[in-house]
Amino acid sequence: MSETNYKPTSSFGKWFDERLPLLTLFNGHLMQYPTPKNLNYWWTFGGILTFCLMTQIITGIVLAMHYTAHADMAFSSVEHIMRDVNYGWLIRYIHANGASMFFLAVYIHIFRALFYGSYKSPREVIWILGIFIYILMMAAAFMGYVLPWGQMSFWGATVITNLFSAIPLVGESITQWLWGGYSVDNPTLTRFFSLHYLIPFLILGLVVLHIWALHVPGNNNPVGIDLKKDGSDTVPFHPYIVIKDLFALVIFMIIFAGFVFYAPNVLGHSDNYIPADPLITPAHIVPEWYLLPFYAILRSVPDKLGGVILMFSAILILAALPWLDTSKVRSAVFRPIYKQFFWILVLDVLILGYIGAMPAEGAYVAIGRVATVYYFAHFLIIMPVLGFVEKTKPVPLSIADPIISGSGNLAAAKKDKNLN
Amino acid sequence: MKKFFITIFFSFICFNLYAAGDAAKPLKVDWSFNGLFGKFDRSQLQRGFQVYKEVCASCHSMQYLSYRNLGEKGGPEFSDAEVKAIAAGYQIKDGPNEEGEMFERAGLPKDKFKSPYPNEKAARAVNGGAYPPDMSVLVKARAGGANYIYSILMGYDENPPANLKLEDGVYYNKYMPGYKIKMAKPLNEGSVEYADGTKATVSQMSKDVTAFLTWSAEPHLEKRKRIGFKTIVYLLIFSILVFFSMKKIWSRIETKV
Repeated sequence: MSETNYKPTSSFGKWFDERLPLLTLFNGHLMQYPTPKNLNYWWTFGGILTFCLMTQIITGIVLAMHYTAHADMAFSSVEHIMRDVNYGWLIRYIHANGASMFFLAVYIHIFRALFYGSYKSPREVIWILGIFIYILMMAAAFMGYVLPWGQMSFWGATVITNLFSAIPLVGESITQWLWGGYSVDNPTLTRFFSLHYLIPFLILGLVVLHIWALHVPGNNNPVGIDLKKDGSDTVPFHPYIVIKDLFALVIFMIIFAGFVFYAPNVLGHSDNYIPADPLITPAHIVPEWYLLPFYAILRSVPDKLGGVILMFSAILILAALPWLDTSKVRSAVFRPIYKQFFWILVLDVLILGYIGAMPAEGAYVAIGRVATVYYFAHFLIIMPVLGFVEKTKPVPLSIADPIISGSGNLAAAKKDKNLN
Repeated sequence: MKKFFITIFFSFICFNLYAAGDAAKPLKVDWSFNGLFGKFDRSQLQRGFQVYKEVCASCHSMQYLSYRNLGEKGGPEFSDAEVKAIAAGYQIKDGPNEEGEMFERAGLPKDKFKSPYPNEKAARAVNGGAYPPDMSVLVKARAGGANYIYSILMGYDENPPANLKLEDGVYYNKYMPGYKIKMAKPLNEGSVEYADGTKATVSQMSKDVTAFLTWSAEPHLEKRKRIGFKTIVYLLIFSILVFFSMKKIWSRIETKV
């Protein structure tokens, strides 16, 4: 895949590349890398996510220069950034909204993989690495939200760290170990700051592995079939995919800028502009929007331990998906029934998100439970069964020459493809 | 189908999902700082500062603001001399001096706004256990923002509904969650006398002080909107250039983008 006949042109390039073939590596993976011709815009989110990660790291490093990780000073140091640091308000708003944009992009990226079966053989390792990245993202985002030390920071941290106390026997000790004391306090804040700075670099490392693993089998594509060996189905990554990713990225940046400049606080909770007060509990403690579906699953179980187990299972179950999905066909374009269930799952997750934002009472609890059960049923029952019972549409033989063996369904397939 | 989901998705992330308690729907004001090109009205901010200084400041601190901020661009933009005079009107505790003594001196533009109480306990003791919140970021710390703050100031009514029981030191306010507030009606007709001749009605003072608080919560609002517009125009033009470059590049092969 990364076999390349690349030779640097300059004499220094040759000299260096013989000693450390970095140029060959970049040329192979960022320029010549053969990419399916037919990738649609849902495939541009990998590049967008890389941009998000780098944005968070760069703005985060600058913020850390001005932030003070201390329970008495964190809130005012954030105000110092917002008021007195040159363009501090811009850097902080990019960082805070950047987290939301990061999750928006990652959810599209994940659902794209679900729709086109990108997690299936031979791409299981890419998928599992992706889930690790996602889990680390949630940890980083959660800890980052604690740092301004507002009311939601403090009480969010209290709720989430308290989850660990549900573990039998050692739960209490683990929670106190996480806190560095007997409640969420200064030691908690300082360790969260330290970890919040560390995790993005772990993510960066995993991203390298994620891309490396991707470049072994190559990209999946909207048709979901293996590419022909002769290269007629592919284009070089540069300039074809680079320019397309760039276009999508610029559009993404316009939406991003819309939030940063015109609605910088709309995705956050107003309570987080109230300094943390251990004596006053906010009326509704809610996590950031991107964690709401899991929060709903957590609260759908009356038992604390059960809720915690279910919440973690909701994420980890994704790792088993390559083996739970028994269908031989990758892309939902050729799976008429799975396609319906895919959209129901999207709706289910949105409902869970909505329930997560609502108080845990009355009809909300009931709806939350149904949606939780459906979420697990999708992966544990529907996916395995569907592979056996679903009658898939005929799959074309190649991308470049899409002749379907013994059928004229191509038009229908193409129409489907455009719709999605 | 696709559009439907996208619409749902964006309405999910764009709208505030967080529920509030019982209260009337806040009033809506057409603020000068709303919108794509929103700007503060300088004289309104100056009047708002006067209301804060003469009324609110007797209970509410503004600890993240310095007197120098009053003269900075994008704010009330008092002249340097005015800022110095405002600051000099306060006695600030400083020290220790060479002898190790704390001393009082006249305020300077670099000083933070002087708080009405030495600490939170003192504030609570005077206010029947309630702590008047710091006002620096108050507008951002309330779900309805400026409209909510304005509504609270306008929401007092001498005659509360008969079925509402009010304890001592608790007042009726129809925009407050639960209809109860521990702050007595702060603004009355003519509470301040505006130097620019503007009539000091309750509504006028409420608007002015709310605008001032919006600026104090978001001192770089004007700059943010200005840069934002330029950024988005730049990105739009850039996206057009990239789009046609992409078309050109992909035209080398038969597949459509």
